[in-house]
Amino acid sequence: MSDIRNSNPGGEDYEPQISASGTDAVGLAAGGSAAPLPTEDKSYSQGQLVARRFFRHRGAITSMIVLGLLVVVAFTSIGVGPIPGWWPKDYTLQYDKIGDGAPTWEYPFGQDTGGKDYFALVMRGTQFSLIIAFSVGIVSTIVGTVVGALAGFYRGWVESVLMRVTDVFIIIPLLAVAAVLGRMAGDSGIWGLALVLGLVTWTSLARLVRGEVLSLRERDFVLAARAVGTGAWRIITRHVLPSAVGVIIVSATLSISSAILLETSLSYLGFGVQPPDTSLGTLIHDYQAAFSTRPWLFWWPGIMILTIALCVNFIGDGLRDAFDPRQNRTKD
Amino acid sequence: MLKFILRRIGVSALVLLGASFLMFILVINSGDPLKDLRESNAQNREQLMAQRAELLRLDDNPFERYWDWLTGVAGCFTGSCDLGVTINGVDVLGLTQQAAASSLRLITLATLLAIVVGVALGILTAIRQYSGFDYVVTFSAFLFFSLPVFWAATLLKEFAAIQYNNWIAVGQYAPTTIVVAALVVGFVLQAVLGGTRRRRLVTGVGAFAFVAVVLFVFNALDWWRNPTFGLGGVLLVSAAAGVLVTALVAGLRNRRVLYAALTTSVVGTVAYLAFAPLLVNQPSWLLLAGLFVLTLLVSAGIGAAWGGFARRQAMLVTGITGVITSILVVADILIANWSSFLGIKSRPISTIGSQTPNFTGDFWEQVLDMGTQILLPTVLLTLVSVATHSRYTRSSMLETLNQDYVRTARSKGLSEREVIVKHAFRNALIPITTIVAFDFAALIGGAVITEQVFGWKGMGALFQDGLNAVDPAPVMAFFLVTGIAAVVMNLVADLAYAALDPRIRR
Repeated sequence: MSDIRNSNPGGEDYEPQISASGTDAVGLAAGGSAAPLPTEDKSYSQGQLVARRFFRHRGAITSMIVLGLLVVVAFTSIGVGPIPGWWPKDYTLQYDKIGDGAPTWEYPFGQDTGGKDYFALVMRGTQFSLIIAFSVGIVSTIVGTVVGALAGFYRGWVESVLMRVTDVFIIIPLLAVAAVLGRMAGDSGIWGLALVLGLVTWTSLARLVRGEVLSLRERDFVLAARAVGTGAWRIITRHVLPSAVGVIIVSATLSISSAILLETSLSYLGFGVQPPDTSLGTLIHDYQAAFSTRPWLFWWPGIMILTIALCVNFIGDGLRDAFDPRQNRTKD
Repeated sequence: MLKFILRRIGVSALVLLGASFLMFILVINSGDPLKDLRESNAQNREQLMAQRAELLRLDDNPFERYWDWLTGVAGCFTGSCDLGVTINGVDVLGLTQQAAASSLRLITLATLLAIVVGVALGILTAIRQYSGFDYVVTFSAFLFFSLPVFWAATLLKEFAAIQYNNWIAVGQYAPTTIVVAALVVGFVLQAVLGGTRRRRLVTGVGAFAFVAVVLFVFNALDWWRNPTFGLGGVLLVSAAAGVLVTALVAGLRNRRVLYAALTTSVVGTVAYLAFAPLLVNQPSWLLLAGLFVLTLLVSAGIGAAWGGFARRQAMLVTGITGVITSILVVADILIANWSSFLGIKSRPISTIGSQTPNFTGDFWEQVLDMGTQILLPTVLLTLVSVATHSRYTRSSMLETLNQDYVRTARSKGLSEREVIVKHAFRNALIPITTIVAFDFAALIGGAVITEQVFGWKGMGALFQDGLNAVDPAPVMAFFLVTGIAAVVMNLVADLAYAALDPRIRR
């Protein structure tokens, strides 16, 4: 490593080196929040500070806009349930094929082998995948937070039992247990699937929250709350958890992106969403053989998954920087 | 320390037991094992159903069935393994041995590569925080762990395997390709190495010229179809590796260590010359393993002999150099066999299976065949893990680089190498070990999908077919292998943790 470091003339020179091309090409990556906050007379609350740091993260903001657009398009284009959307074609009907079904202005994502409009199909898959991903995120966050908070706060046998249960779930490969449960829940539709996936993906959050609570419960403000006779439940919900909110929010965001990857993988293997429901993973599974002849059938769902997961990951990264700006300060 | 290990093993065993019970109950309740028979029109349907119910013991109490499975597994400790039979009456133990061999080969290789590449990238991006290089790596990391594995696998098949196979039939780079490749290498290198503008320019231009010339020469020699590396190449690269490792671990000013590393390279090359007839004429895995152990012993011996006051450092450096040299030796033999391998298999990179069916060739050609089969799944699994590892390493490094003891180390005048390698990196490694162990479990999940896409008959297929048929024995065998592997990985991580962090040794 010495040869690497020697390239800096002073050896002590630790200024960040932002090459012009680098920031332009991928300013998305970590961007903005590096700059120190201006010192003004106006004072900000903790929440405002976090929001300001978050909005400086260009990658996160771009991702938020893209993801927002995607959600709006997915839900309004073909409508939800009985409410019709603005897209004229239906995903169940087979239309006359134009040529071999390659994308045209009429069918922007092309048509499948039977002539179905692929845009409508992909939008439907996106809807289902988004619904599942967000539900899984919510369920796993609730379970993980509760388990972690109880284990960290009560210690003793509660902690031992809960953490051993967590270990049990950690040791079974996530994909395996999710596949088994997904198969069992397959008949109860996507809500059942979302619920069981949420029930197996909470383990990492539980560990994180426990660690956070373990250190928070020794703080003076918790001691003060105890001293005035506050009940355990109130201490956890009003004093401990609000201080751990950064960890929880960041982890919840990232769990959404892993949920969408888990769900699509399961559906691809045939253990996830069952027909007549569909998801982006099912679409790839159904059309992967068509890659050499009709590549668009393969590209669109994959790009959708990638876009959603990438956006959610960037938002999570922006949130992490916003809640915990220590990491982004340059070394001094 | 021993007590600590034993306690960890005990707890893990209990957790494994609980998990296996949970898994067993879930699997047998996951569907209807008689479904295909219920829908069949066979004359003897009732009889077949009764037969299968008898085989799977569907009428028995689930606890009894679990207990019997458990006693069968416990038999492994006394030498009479019984993992049950599949729904078709095939013995699961045999299936598992085959499947585990190919799956664990894939997973282990991917893990090792991911650790080396990921940690190295993480350190480099942390040292060059907010550089162009950092942004590129960060963005790629995000891209790779947002990538659906099954989708990327199909892309890799198409663009890496099929296109490469088309290309190797000719084996010549177009001049534009060479220029672009050289430009990319030059650009990346100057971004990584950094320094003043002039220094970066020199680095970039030098790398560009080197790569371009090498590629043109290779083209002219038809190197890609008839590659050679040779003894000189082994010696040169191994010596370079020795110098690099010395520079990282001990610093070039420590002459004893430097000479030890160079001695190892020379001895390794001479040993290659001595053993070459044996390696070419009567190769076997046993011979390779034996020579590898010998290499380690001799290298450590050289380190100890040269070491003096820096014995431990010298032994570490010579050990690493020895390992690199032996890898180079194997690579040299494989490269020499490449053109004859191309003669047998004209489209070398395959997209299906873990071995080419009916492949006949000598030992080295078979190794090459295995290598070309394992290449794509490994690349895929590695990419995803590299993304995680590099991110964690980066943030962990940044955290330690901000610590007061690093400032102290700098202010007392240590060289940048010592500050980064000894003070920052060693402490940054502590959280990384935990992540690596956790990630191993994620890799197993990834392997299930990768095996499915690449048509490997591994643990993934065992699991998938078993679950489809609601057949507990193969699914539990999958769980047993992956569960034990995960426990072992966690134990290794704990040991590494204890070695790195004296505070937790009890």
